[in-house]
Amino acid sequence: MTLAVIAASIAVFSWKLMGYLIPDRYVSNPKFRQLADAITVGLLSALVGIQGFTTSSEFTVDSRLPALILAALLLYLRMPFIVVIASAAAFSALIRMFT
Amino acid sequence: MNRIPVVAVSIGMATGIYAISFGAIGVTAGLSILETMLLSLVMFSGASQFAFVGVIATGGMAAIPTAIASAWLLGIRNGFYALRMAPVLGMPGIAKLLSAQLTIDESTAVATAQSTPSGERRGFWWTGISVFIFWNLLTLAGALLGDQIGDPANFGLDSAAAAAFLGLVWPRLSNNLYRLIGLSAFIVAIATSAFVPAGIPVLLGAAVAALIQYWGKR
Repeated sequence: MTLAVIAASIAVFSWKLMGYLIPDRYVSNPKFRQLADAITVGLLSALVGIQGFTTSSEFTVDSRLPALILAALLLYLRMPFIVVIASAAAFSALIRMFT
Repeated sequence: MNRIPVVAVSIGMATGIYAISFGAIGVTAGLSILETMLLSLVMFSGASQFAFVGVIATGGMAAIPTAIASAWLLGIRNGFYALRMAPVLGMPGIAKLLSAQLTIDESTAVATAQSTPSGERRGFWWTGISVFIFWNLLTLAGALLGDQIGDPANFGLDSAAAAAFLGLVWPRLSNNLYRLIGLSAFIVAIATSAFVPAGIPVLLGAAVAALIQYWGKR
């Protein structure tokens, strides 16, 4: 199992390293930068969807929805990151306690 | 986000909250404390780590190939982040290993929210190091506590993770093109999640982002 853990870790690390090994002349191109920026936004937004609205690959709406709405409101009000996260977790836990 | 250190430490603390649940899930899945720690230290990519222990928890030793493949698949996005960060960080030779290891959702998100290259570098290093420290310390805490913790959902930790991603992408949603990209990727990921293996919906979100960027800028 320890070997499997190490193999999986190296496999995941290989993606990270690969990005740094591509020659600079390709990645410094402004068009490429814009594309990489857009992809970052796409990845993070997709993660909000997967983490917020699916359970084991099934579409699910539960207490995470009100928690995310609260988070969006707090972000709009420019609250600190830790306040946003803690409030979302607490709100969601509170709803689960009473439902 | 002017006060980078404050942002970096608070993001570190927030991710640390779900590192506790990762540590607990790791040992409950049958990994030793050392193996659970190796995942946080060497793999250091939340989604891949949760996928790995999740598959082991349900399939045991027989599921090792699937566990490795799932973790690997979920790690692809770090490669995109690395492409984004490489020209900004400009790391020489062996030092690339260090920047590669810290290339995750959080460090890239804080970096790309900054408006200058030096701000991007500070954002990346502060956030990457902060998350690495909190993530590993609290993985250890979770692994030591083990199954005394109970279901992470009871503490709203699943909501915390979703809110964290929202908080990370939020500063980027300042123009209409990025709002359109964000919304489209969000919808595509949810809509496809039931039909493709875990990890793929997020990549489809990335593909949609690339397409919109391509057509939006013409």
